[in-house]
Amino acid sequence: MSTLHTVNKSPFEKRSLESCLGYVKAGSSVLLYEDAVYGAIKGTAIAAKMSAAADVKFFVMGPDLKARGVSEDKLLDGIEVVDYAAFVKMAAENDRVQAWV
Amino acid sequence: MSVKKFMYINRKAPYGTIYALESLEVVLIGAAFDQDVSLAFIGDGVYQLTKGQNTEAIGQKNFSPTYSALGDYDVNKIYVEKESLEERGLSVEDLMPLTYEDEDDDWAEKDSIRLLSRAELADIMEEQDILFSF
Repeated sequence: MSTLHTVNKSPFEKRSLESCLGYVKAGSSVLLYEDAVYGAIKGTAIAAKMSAAADVKFFVMGPDLKARGVSEDKLLDGIEVVDYAAFVKMAAENDRVQAWV
Repeated sequence: MSVKKFMYINRKAPYGTIYALESLEVVLIGAAFDQDVSLAFIGDGVYQLTKGQNTEAIGQKNFSPTYSALGDYDVNKIYVEKESLEERGLSVEDLMPLTYEDEDDDWAEKDSIRLLSRAELADIMEEQDILFSF
């Protein structure tokens, strides 16, 4: 029933996040990791598209935020910060994983 | 040998790819040749200079402190594009302060970072002899 979408490229360099947002359905999850964590920040050129995704749960990889110096108070509302163990758990708990590499 | 104008153009975020670190390595090697060097940070390249990077949990080297050493190698023209910062919700306060000591001004400490518009940077690019792209 549920899909975990993963995105790992910067939304300012590649269209992967926008493509993902075009396909993601209500009740699904999107995990942003590696350079995709820049898509989780407030006040960017992609933020409106992120906020427009209805009934989608967004997650962002904490270690990748820290590496890039992004503090959690800069994130869009409603995004949950996770670690690698949580990523594995989410991959197992969802029915499928769709990677937007 | 005449001095040439070298510009290193940085367009990639750090850590997701190897470009940012490789560029920094080449800049440091190139600094030994006493040329007129500048660095441009445009697009996702501006992320290379953000404050507070801590790579412990991703198992990669945090090379961001190295940018602070560039001033000691006479690399003190660090151009950052305004539009690229704005698109990413960033301002110059989000960047590491980078400085150098000006030997022509009694070694006064000065800012290396210069905020420029895309149009201003395009003009400066056209003045260069050599462009390195990362």
